[in-house]
Order: sequence, then C-alpha cells, then structure tokens
Amino acid sequence: MAALQVKPTRMELSNLKKKRQVAVRGHKLMKDKRDEMVRRFIIYIRRNRMLREQVEQKLSLAMSEFVIARASMSHASIEEALSYPARPATVHASTRNVLSIKMPELTLEESAGFEYPYGFATTSAELDAAVQAFAELLPMLIELAEVEKICNRLADEIEKTRRRVNALEYVMIPQFEEAIRMITMKLDENERGNLTRLMKTKEMLAQKS
Amino acid sequence: MDKKKAGIAIIGDRDSVLVAKAVGLAVFDESNSERASKLIHRLARENYKVIFLTEPLYNGCSEAISKYKTETFPAIIPIPDSHGASGVAMAQIKANVEKAIGTDILFAEEG
Repeated sequence: MAALQVKPTRMELSNLKKKRQVAVRGHKLMKDKRDEMVRRFIIYIRRNRMLREQVEQKLSLAMSEFVIARASMSHASIEEALSYPARPATVHASTRNVLSIKMPELTLEESAGFEYPYGFATTSAELDAAVQAFAELLPMLIELAEVEKICNRLADEIEKTRRRVNALEYVMIPQFEEAIRMITMKLDENERGNLTRLMKTKEMLAQKS
Repeated sequence: MDKKKAGIAIIGDRDSVLVAKAVGLAVFDESNSERASKLIHRLARENYKVIFLTEPLYNGCSEAISKYKTETFPAIIPIPDSHGASGVAMAQIKANVEKAIGTDILFAEEG
C-alpha cells in the first residue's frame, strides 16, 4: 500500500493521531448507519414485493376488464364517457428525513366517495366494473409508488455508505496507522542516536581529563 | 415538512391507460418511447410527483428514468399494461436488493 508521505516530526505525529481518531469515529458511525439502513431496506423491500405482486395481479384484471368494455361499446361512446373531466386525483407529497436520507411520503387526497364521471345511459356494465376496480386500486398504487421510491433511495444510499465504510476501513485507517508507526520509529531512532552520541562524547571527555 | 399537493400522471398506450381518466389521473396517451421520455422530463418539471408508466415504455425510457431514480421526486413506477405484467418491475426489485446487499438473499429461493 502506498504509504502517506509525511515528515517524521512530532507535529505531524500528533496531527495524524487526531486524524486517525476522527476516521475511526466516522467509520463506526458510518457502519452503524449502514446496518440500520440495511435493516430498514429489508423491511421495505419485502413490502414492496408484496404490494407489487398484488398490484400487478389486480391491475391486469382491471385492464382486461376495460378491454372487454371497449369491445362491448362503440369507440365513440367510450371516448365520450371518459372525456368528461373527473375530479382530479391529487397526492400530498412531502419528505421525511430518515438517517439523513430524504424519504418521500405520499398520501392520496381523500375524496368523499367515488363517483362515476359519466352517465349510465350509454355505457356498459363492464366499463363501470373496470373503472371501479381501478379506483379501488389507486390507494394501493400510491403506496406502491412510495415504497418503491424509498427502496430505490435506500439501495442507492446503502451502496454509497458501504463504499465509504470500506474506504475508511481498508484504506484510510491502515494508512494512518502505517504513517504513525513510521514516525514513531523514526523519532525513537533519532532519540537512540542522540543518546549514543551523548554517551560517546561523555566517554571522550572523560578520557581527555 | 412541506406538504404540497401534486398531480398523478399515467403514460401508456390508449387501451391501458384510458380507464385511469375516470378516476381523475392525468392521462397521456403515448406509445413512442422517445416522445414519452420527453414527456417524463416535462411532467417532472410540472409538479407531477407520481408518474405511472406502462412496462413497454418503462423499458424504452431507461435514460430518463435513471435520471430521476435517485431523486426524491417524481416517483416513476412501472405498471403492467393490458397485456399483463412482463416481470420488469420484479427484476427492478431484485436489482435493488442486489445493489443494497450485494447478493439476492431475499428472493433467491423462489427465483
């Protein structure tokens, strides 16, 4: 590993020790964050999968019903029935801060009771069924949207955090350790060199007198 | 927290998405993935927080989708069209698991 290029001085040593302390602390925090995110992720992804299965099944049903409705009604009349503006569905979108990740929060605007936007005179029962099935599905769709988005964000964030943890654990901290070891050895060596020199000088002085 | 009202959009071919109109979703009839990508960008600017996209289009617009994937909003969600689900969304979930955990430990036994 490429060791850090540092001057072997006491100043550098104390700086490095401080840096190492920060890195170790950051590493621990980041590791905890990662573990917690993974725990949450597993909960969400299970839910995501369950919702997704339900939605796909029910939506396919609703859509095939709509296809039948199209077949049983004339093209023009179905177009006419659906071109009336329905009460627009809206969501309340907000964010929630979880482990410093912005998580989306979506809630469907409650509309008081569901109404068909068209009259029943020219439309078939299949269309009613399809529309109703879709209306019932909508809250689930919104929940799916929220959960799926959370999963995406979490997966992304977990990946980033894992990289940081690994970089600290396997690169930064060993580098600091190595540099600290090197400086301590250099300083000790200097110390020893100094001591022998002193002893030698003392010896020489004693011989002279 | 900022609570904001936002619209829901649905993009897909006519047969699949027209029914959503009766429920009050903003319906965009589009089956060309290039135009759909442009539409996604436009809708994202126009305060649509949830965009449903039929699976064939979802495959075609991967560039636009990946741009918004890691942002909080809008949520772009694949839905099956009138021909049924093709498994794109499930693959997406699997990919997420692999990305986060490193290996697919959750669903491996079934898949």
